[in-house]
Amino acid sequence: MVKNVVQVRDLVVVRGGREVLPGVSLDVPAGVTGLLGPSGCGKTTLMRCLVGAQRVRSGTVEVLGEPAGSPLLRTRVGYVTQAASVYDDLTVAENLAFFARVLGVGRDAVDEAVAAVGLDDHRHQVVGRLSGGQRSRASLAVALLGTPDLLVLDEPTVGLDPVLRRDLWALFHRIADGGAAVLVSSHVMDEAERCHRLLLMRGGRIIADGSPAEIRDRTGAADVEQAFLRLVEGREEAA
Amino acid sequence: MSPRVTLAVAGRVLTQVRRDHRTLAMLMVVPCALISLLWWMFEDLPGDLFDRFGPGLLAMFPFIVMFLVTSVTTLRERSSGTLERLLTMPLGRLDLLLGYALAFGLLAAVQSALAVGVSVGLLGLEVSGPVWLLGVVAVADAVLGTALGLLVSAFATTEFQAVQFMPAFVLPQVLLCGLFVPRDAMPGVLEVVSDALPLSYAVDAMQELVGAADAGRVWRDVLVVACFALAALGLGSATLRRRTP
Repeated sequence: MVKNVVQVRDLVVVRGGREVLPGVSLDVPAGVTGLLGPSGCGKTTLMRCLVGAQRVRSGTVEVLGEPAGSPLLRTRVGYVTQAASVYDDLTVAENLAFFARVLGVGRDAVDEAVAAVGLDDHRHQVVGRLSGGQRSRASLAVALLGTPDLLVLDEPTVGLDPVLRRDLWALFHRIADGGAAVLVSSHVMDEAERCHRLLLMRGGRIIADGSPAEIRDRTGAADVEQAFLRLVEGREEAA
Repeated sequence: MSPRVTLAVAGRVLTQVRRDHRTLAMLMVVPCALISLLWWMFEDLPGDLFDRFGPGLLAMFPFIVMFLVTSVTTLRERSSGTLERLLTMPLGRLDLLLGYALAFGLLAAVQSALAVGVSVGLLGLEVSGPVWLLGVVAVADAVLGTALGLLVSAFATTEFQAVQFMPAFVLPQVLLCGLFVPRDAMPGVLEVVSDALPLSYAVDAMQELVGAADAGRVWRDVLVVACFALAALGLGSATLRRRTP
């Protein structure tokens, strides 16, 4: 059995007096895992827990065998927030060179990351003047620096055109083929089929966990969107 | 903490400022223009009023400007998500703070060199002590402004709020620093308050340099300013949390 890259047990997170994660447990293996669920269901909070940015009430989060957020993980986990976290007044190359120095990786890592996200032609352009899709790719390139073992990507494909989305998913698979685990969140269910494995989330809980085919078969649905709806309705009837 | 990361932060901040030509020009030109305005204002008055007020103004520029620039830049860093990203990387909190202090300290050194050059070279400000010591005081001042700016940016959630901290934090210090009313002539309570505010020592140091020029007293004031700056950096570092609610 493949060892899990991420192991979350009984994780409770309270934000603003509300239990955003009321005791969630899940595993993320190597490969591309999709974290799917409606906006506000706790995806971002869960991802922040994995990178050690979220204050946690109780429970354990282990990443690559270490407690999440431990200093050893800071070069091994790449994180892309929902908004592009890059400096708008620097060029693509300057942004990457800065983060590469912080991470202690060489200049060749910068070239690789720029090429991986297809921004070669824009590397000397100031990020603030790029399109939204190009900015989010610049932000993604930062996370690729130093070839991390776990990539945590918060809605990296939202608002991108279909061609770009296809290219990015191909990139995620190439990264996963290299042995890394990639966790991608999305609130768009039609991205589900592109994942090896899915975690369906609602109201801070994981309501289904398995490959797209397994989830479709279990619910007898034609696609993952329908499966999600059936799972939700099933829960509401049981309640 | 690592010098590599500290220098990376300082270099990045300087590149950002360099890219913003208008800000850079204003940082360098405005203090020179204001000090010239002050000199001109006192032109027709008897006495050496410019020698009395000039040093205080030289102490205020780096402090006020760096306070504003830092509080807005760090607020931007917090709200754009770059801070959250940096804190998931192998970056010590002190790396970030010292990187900022280094970059803005350098800018302040250039800014002050220009303002002092204009004051002493063109406007005839009489300095009894060594002129380079004016630069040291100015840099200490700038680092203080940077440190306080970093600290208050933690309590601002919008840029409007960050800018409002300037009248709230900076103007009282300007009023009580001894420029308008000598500090020992203020009501007792205000004198005590003035003794507890860092800008008072910065202005004292500048005035001492122009006046009696007792190097020992200047260094003592610089030390007090540096201690305030360190304390503010320490408190500021406490506001940079890797884990946030």
